Amino acid sequence: MFWTLLTYLAWGLSAFIAIWMLVDAYRVGQEYDEDILVSSREGTDELLDKD
Amino acid sequence: MTDTVTAGDGTAAPQRINLLKVLGPVHVWALGVGIVLVGEYMGWNFSVAKGGAYGSLIACWFIGLLYTCVAMIDSEVTSTVAAAGGQYAQAKHIVGPLMAFNVGLYLVMAYTMLEAADALVVGDLLTIVAGQFGHEGLDPKPFVVLTILGLAWLNYRGVFMTLTANFVITAIAFIAILVLFIGVEPWNPGKIVHHEDLLTDLPYGWIGVIAALQFGMWYYLGIEGTCQAAEEVRSPGRAIPLGTMSGMITLLIAATLTWWIASGLMPWEYLGQAGVPLYDASRLTGSVTLQVLLFVGTLFSAVASANGCINDASRSWFSMGRDHYLPVWFAAVHPRYRTPYRSILFLIPVAVSFGFTGLLDQVITFSILSGLLGYTFMSLNVLKFRKQWPLDSINRGYVHPFHPMPAITLLILCGATYFATFLGYGGSLLSIMAFYIVISIWFHFHRYQYVRRGDQFTMPWPKPRGY
Repeated sequence: MFWTLLTYLAWGLSAFIAIWMLVDAYRVGQEYDEDILVSSREGTDELLDKD
Repeated sequence: MTDTVTAGDGTAAPQRINLLKVLGPVHVWALGVGIVLVGEYMGWNFSVAKGGAYGSLIACWFIGLLYTCVAMIDSEVTSTVAAAGGQYAQAKHIVGPLMAFNVGLYLVMAYTMLEAADALVVGDLLTIVAGQFGHEGLDPKPFVVLTILGLAWLNYRGVFMTLTANFVITAIAFIAILVLFIGVEPWNPGKIVHHEDLLTDLPYGWIGVIAALQFGMWYYLGIEGTCQAAEEVRSPGRAIPLGTMSGMITLLIAATLTWWIASGLMPWEYLGQAGVPLYDASRLTGSVTLQVLLFVGTLFSAVASANGCINDASRSWFSMGRDHYLPVWFAAVHPRYRTPYRSILFLIPVAVSFGFTGLLDQVITFSILSGLLGYTFMSLNVLKFRKQWPLDSINRGYVHPFHPMPAITLLILCGATYFATFLGYGGSLLSIMAFYIVISIWFHFHRYQYVRRGDQFTMPWPKPRGY
C-alpha cells in the first residue's frame, strides 16, 4: 500500500512540476518581448562593464 | 543583474538579459565531481571483468592520465573562452562551425544520456529497497520521471541554488567513500580487507587491460563539464582552473580508494559483475551504519550526477541556439531566474525518453563514446590554439605545462580507448560514428546557412598568427 501510494505521489509531483514550469515559461513569453528574452550575448562580462 | 536603460518616462527597461555570474570555484568543483562521482559507486568495476583487479587499476591510472590531460587542456582554453557551451565555444573560436556543431552535439548527447542513466539508477535503487521491504516489482518509471523533473525544476529556478545543492550532496557522497575506507581498517590488513588472497595475475593478459580502458572512463567521465559554467562564474580565469584541477585530484583519490576497498573485499569474478560494488563492499563489512551511509552515498551520487548533467546539457543547447546553430528560440534566458529555461525544458522529454528505454548499458555506452569524441577534439584543438595564439598573444588564467606532451598523450590514450571500445561495443561505435556523420551532412546542407559566422567570434583576442 505504502509503495503504491508513493508511486502515485511520484506521478502527481512530476505532473505538478511539469505544469508549473510550462505555465511559468508561457507567462514569461507573454510578459516579455522575445527580443529581450534572446538578448543574451556571449563575451559580455557584467563585472567588467560596470568598471 | 540585468543591464537596463532608462526609458523616456523614467522607468528602467531591460536591455539585455544575460546568465547570472554568481558561481565560485566551489560550485565548479561541485559541477565536475558531482557529475562523475556516481562512476565510483558503479560502472568502473566492469573494467575488472575485462582485465582483472590489477587490470582495472592500470586502467584507472591510464585513464586518470587521460583525464588529467583533459583537465589541464580544458583549464587553459576555458580560462580564455569565458562562455557557456564549454568545448563547443572553444571549437567555434578555434576550429570552425562544423566542428563546433559536432562538439556541441557530443556534449548534449553525452550529458543527456548520462542524466537518463542516473535517473534509471535512482529508479532501480528504489525498486531494490521496495523489494527488501517485501514489495516486489515496484515500477521505477515514476521515480525516473520525478528525478528528471525535480532536478530540471531546480535548474530552472537558478544556477546558484542548483550547484550549491550539488556541492552538499556530492560532498556527502565523497565523505561516504572516505568513511568506508576508514571503516575497513586499512592499518590492519587481513582483518577486513584481504588483498593478499584476492588479488590475482592478469586473467586475460594485456589485451584484457586494453579492453578495461573503456570502463576505466567511468572513474572520471564528466569532469570536463566544469567549463560549461564559464559564463556564470565570477572569475573564470581563476575559478575554472581551480575548480577543475581540485576536482580531478578529488577523483583520483576517490578512484584509487574505491578500487582498493572493493578489490580487498570481493574476488574479481564477482566484483566484475556487481551492480553497486561500493554498497556491496559496505555490506561485506557487516556494519549497518556503513550500509546506510553507502546507500545514501549511491543515491546522492546519482542525483548529483543527473543534476550536473542537466546544467551542462542545457548550456550547450542554449549556446548553439544563441549562435543560430539551432533555432534562436532556445537561446532565451529567464528574466527572473537568469537560466536558459527553454533549453532546460526542451531536454526534459529527451532525457525521459532515454530513461524509459531502460537500456542502461546502451545509453551509457552512447554517452561514453560521445565524451571520447569530445576528448579527441580537445587534443587537436589545443595544438591549433597554441599555434595560432601563442602564450604571449592572449592572457591566460592558467597555462598547462609540458605542451604539447599532454595533447599527444591524450590523443594516444583516446586511440587506445577507441580500440578498447571496438573490442566490446564495435556495433555501438560504428553506429554512433554513422549518426554524427549523417547529422554533420544535415548541418552542412540545411542548417549552416543560418549561422552568422562573423558574430560567433566574441572573445577579445588578437588575430590568429598567420592570419
